[in-house]
Amino acid sequence: MEDTLLTDWSRAQFALTAMYHWLFVPLTLGLSFIIAIMETIYVKTGNPEWKKITKFWMTLFAINFAIGLATGIIMEFEFGTNWSNYSWIVGDIFGAPLAIEGIMAFFMESTFFAVMFFGWDKVSKKMHLLSTWLVAIGSNLSALWILVANGWMQHPVGMVFNPDTARFEMESFWDVLFNPTAYSKFLHTIGSGYVMGSLFVVGISAWYLLKNRDVVRAKKSIVVGATFGLVTSFFLILSGDESAYSVAQHQPTKLAAMEGLYHGHARAGIVAVGQLNSEKEIGDEKEEFVWSIEIPQALSFLGFQDFNAFVPGINDLVYGNETQGIESAQSKIDKGKIAISALKSYKEAKRLNDTQKAEKALKTFRHYEPYFGYGYLQDPKEIIPPVAMSFYSFHLMVGLGSWFLVLFFLVLYFAMLGKLDDKKMLLHAALWSIPLGYIAGEAGWVVAEVGRQPWAIQGMLPVGMASSQISTTAVQTTFWLFAIIFTVLLIAEVRIMTKQIKLGMEEH
Amino acid sequence: MGIITIVKKVWSFYYIGFKSMRLGKTLWGIIAIKFLLFFIIMKMLFFPNILKENFQNDQQRAIYILNNLTVGE
Repeated sequence: MEDTLLTDWSRAQFALTAMYHWLFVPLTLGLSFIIAIMETIYVKTGNPEWKKITKFWMTLFAINFAIGLATGIIMEFEFGTNWSNYSWIVGDIFGAPLAIEGIMAFFMESTFFAVMFFGWDKVSKKMHLLSTWLVAIGSNLSALWILVANGWMQHPVGMVFNPDTARFEMESFWDVLFNPTAYSKFLHTIGSGYVMGSLFVVGISAWYLLKNRDVVRAKKSIVVGATFGLVTSFFLILSGDESAYSVAQHQPTKLAAMEGLYHGHARAGIVAVGQLNSEKEIGDEKEEFVWSIEIPQALSFLGFQDFNAFVPGINDLVYGNETQGIESAQSKIDKGKIAISALKSYKEAKRLNDTQKAEKALKTFRHYEPYFGYGYLQDPKEIIPPVAMSFYSFHLMVGLGSWFLVLFFLVLYFAMLGKLDDKKMLLHAALWSIPLGYIAGEAGWVVAEVGRQPWAIQGMLPVGMASSQISTTAVQTTFWLFAIIFTVLLIAEVRIMTKQIKLGMEEH
Repeated sequence: MGIITIVKKVWSFYYIGFKSMRLGKTLWGIIAIKFLLFFIIMKMLFFPNILKENFQNDQQRAIYILNNLTVGE
């Protein structure tokens, strides 16, 4: 039976480790490509200044990589201990992508990474450049496999549940790999990494300009960083649009929560900014917002690529909407309970070697299998994720992403005019946008992961059924241990990086 | 080029690379401490693989999970 306290602590621990891990990953994803671009300029022009610039940013990349290394492995430990039901059930699906990620990361890191750092005067310029690009591509491909696994949890495809082994088994690797949710998430996630890398380069370079140090190298870095940031910001918008479309198709409750939409309607607008009414409850007639500014019809277009489309709200999804053909959550729960009951009958029949009864139970199970996970819910309202957290995280992410686009444009514009040195406010804004980039990235994960609650696997397995029956105290203890370890690592990263930055770009 | 020469070159590449590191030594130190903490202390003391430790084979594990999934029905 579900232990809510234990599940909540297990979730909190996973969130803590995933969010700390995500402090290191985006910079690796983005900075690796920026370094590769800088080195390409060095190889093309032969200008030794670009070599110094490349080596400086490579040093900061190495610090981030080394401190972040293996922070993700903690989540695999947690799967085996805190989420043993889940890890057994999805083992067949996750095995392949995670194994490919592990092998790829190992070979990439032990070969091309070594050439990138040790090989400056030992291999040819072109070989070195190739290694730098392969590190960038390899890091991003590593992210692909993780997001294929995550995408499958958000929209499970290419599998069938085996009632004998209690596992989802892969029917089509290609369906899992080309799952539209997986690749839209992958593109949006790496896009956020590119913007983070750009913010980092632009922000640190702005600091050099404010201190009047390494001015020429800082300006060259800013041009590369801001150009990459501007281009990838547009990529981020496009991939975000694709991601929102995927959410609308497969996770309508998440979309409704992201927009604080209780009453579904056609030609739905997007709330650009607004304050949720904290007294609003599902099913009541209170206003959704205290105040809001809306872009008309934009949500219909974002979710369904049609300005007139109906967008279901929380009330429609909980209580159903016959006119729009939306089934109520209670109906899904009832069907889910039939599926669970049929699974139990199948198990008993197999134990008694009653083939006929087993076949009948299996047929019933297969009929109601799409509703399987709903059978574990007690209340239709459980299908709704935390609305305030989803709404504010989504709008914070979008707002900050829009600011970054403006920032890159302004920085690049004034850099091209040769007037960047005079724009002290803009340089300060660029520096302080580094932490904002991290906040935006973390907010994105909150939207993705909090927004899909109560599901560990969308529609198939709620988090309460995914967790292990272990001691809550053990999970609480390791939660605090991780909080301390990761905080120490973060402080180490900031201190080592700050020291290297203060040394200047010449010293690397 | 013979295989021994290649091995020697690769060894020398890594050996000189590691030896000439400055900041890298600190970073490798942090990596070593992390691996010790994560894989030896945390994994062994706090993160047992519950299904592997409590059951002898996959059939037993499957039955346990099926029971979890159908309990209360």
